Amino acid sequence: MKELPPLVQIKGLRDGLLVSLGDADWEKLQAMLIAQIDERQAFFQGARLALDVGSQILHVTEMVNLRDVLSERNVSLWAVVSDSPTTVKTAQLLGLATRVSKPRPEESLRPAADAVEDETALWLRRTLRSGTRIEFPGHVVVVGDVNPGAEIIAEGSVLVWGRLRGVVHAGAGGNREATVCALELSPTQLRIAGEIALPSEKKGERPEKVYLGNGRLVVEPWQPVNLKSNR
Amino acid sequence: MGAQIVTITSGKGGVGKTTAVANLGIALAANGKKVVCVDGDIGLRNLDVVMGLENRIVYDIVDVIEGRCRLRQAMIRDRRLPGLFLIPAAQTRDKTAVSPSDMLRLGAELRSECDWILIDSPAGIERGFKNAITPADRVIVLTNPEVSAVRDADRVIGILEAEEKGSPSLIINRIDYDMVKNHDMLSAEDVLDLLAIDLIGIVPEDQTVLIAANRGTPIALDDKSRAGQAFRNIARRLTGEDVPFMDLDSQDGLWQRLSRLTGRK
Repeated sequence: MKELPPLVQIKGLRDGLLVSLGDADWEKLQAMLIAQIDERQAFFQGARLALDVGSQILHVTEMVNLRDVLSERNVSLWAVVSDSPTTVKTAQLLGLATRVSKPRPEESLRPAADAVEDETALWLRRTLRSGTRIEFPGHVVVVGDVNPGAEIIAEGSVLVWGRLRGVVHAGAGGNREATVCALELSPTQLRIAGEIALPSEKKGERPEKVYLGNGRLVVEPWQPVNLKSNR
Repeated sequence: MGAQIVTITSGKGGVGKTTAVANLGIALAANGKKVVCVDGDIGLRNLDVVMGLENRIVYDIVDVIEGRCRLRQAMIRDRRLPGLFLIPAAQTRDKTAVSPSDMLRLGAELRSECDWILIDSPAGIERGFKNAITPADRVIVLTNPEVSAVRDADRVIGILEAEEKGSPSLIINRIDYDMVKNHDMLSAEDVLDLLAIDLIGIVPEDQTVLIAANRGTPIALDDKSRAGQAFRNIARRLTGEDVPFMDLDSQDGLWQRLSRLTGRK
């Protein structure tokens, strides 16, 4: 086998190929990757590609362009792994996975509680449509609706300033203090830590909050925070 | 105004994309525009059947892209309307025969040939769908008032937004007013409430649409058909005209809000 330039490294994974890109100008990296693929067409034919772009910041146009160029070569891009929150967000927007079967060590080792204690939140000012999957190691705030078919998996709490009709998993790392709040709470399914609740028949007409109390999911009206309570 | 490329897509299959493309093409051509309908469903073509042009196919879209014929040779002229053309899909190939950049080139070439290019997208969100939306200036998402169709439409709208295609317009097809009244069908209002994009038309359920499509004489040619009227209205809205929505039932609050005029259209 030919020696690969260090900027583009290719590894086999259980469910496809993982290509790790080094630190260089994006244009250059993309050109190198494409050159590799063109050079070894038979190898890449029909491949499922996961791309580790490191801390590279990619916007929608760049990622769409890459996906198109790859798809023209009959290579399908299914995941983009990155340290950059912008890149991760872009990948999520395009419906690409952001983790591969073997998660990057630094991601899996980082304890969930840290992020939550940092009060890190992902702010999404748009409606999450069907097929969108948001995973975040902290809180998630959505200003917009969460439509049926959309999923939010947060290690912290989830707050939806809109209608919650998709699937939400708060406290995904096991945080039992996590809560879910929405202006209209009618999720397809709702989970906090390890507990699952299916929606009640009635349509949520007023803002509601869900939390874990005595091992069960409890729904109550969502009201101004009582400062004496710690929730 | 230069030529416009409009792609009609839905996510789910069987909601009426092909019928809509044929009828919008006819309605635009009947107003004196030069229109090319492109069948993007390579391998499962049927726009030619609905338009009644199946037996006249010599060359198809893959022949154009692979250089076996000139663009004009693959443009089949409609029997009824001199301004209406069809570029059929290839039946013996699949979606991988065409790439998004091929579609961009084809679109650019077609712009100099006509006023409107309507692309019929295949169902799904894979390669064929990508091919169909890549050259579009404007995308219309078509859905039925069914939960599964609306779910798929929502997914497609999400993808279009992520690809920065601009916000698409919505056609709600095959709404049956009696079923809506009995709460057996989602209302146009329910659909709009979830999808939250611009509505460009509502087409009532009409059995004659299917009959006409089977005969290859699209319903937009029938002055008496309500569905035909709905498609003609959508075509006028596409050209920028402000056409009030048809009064399908005066008791529905939506119609009152949508239609500027009181009384019947």
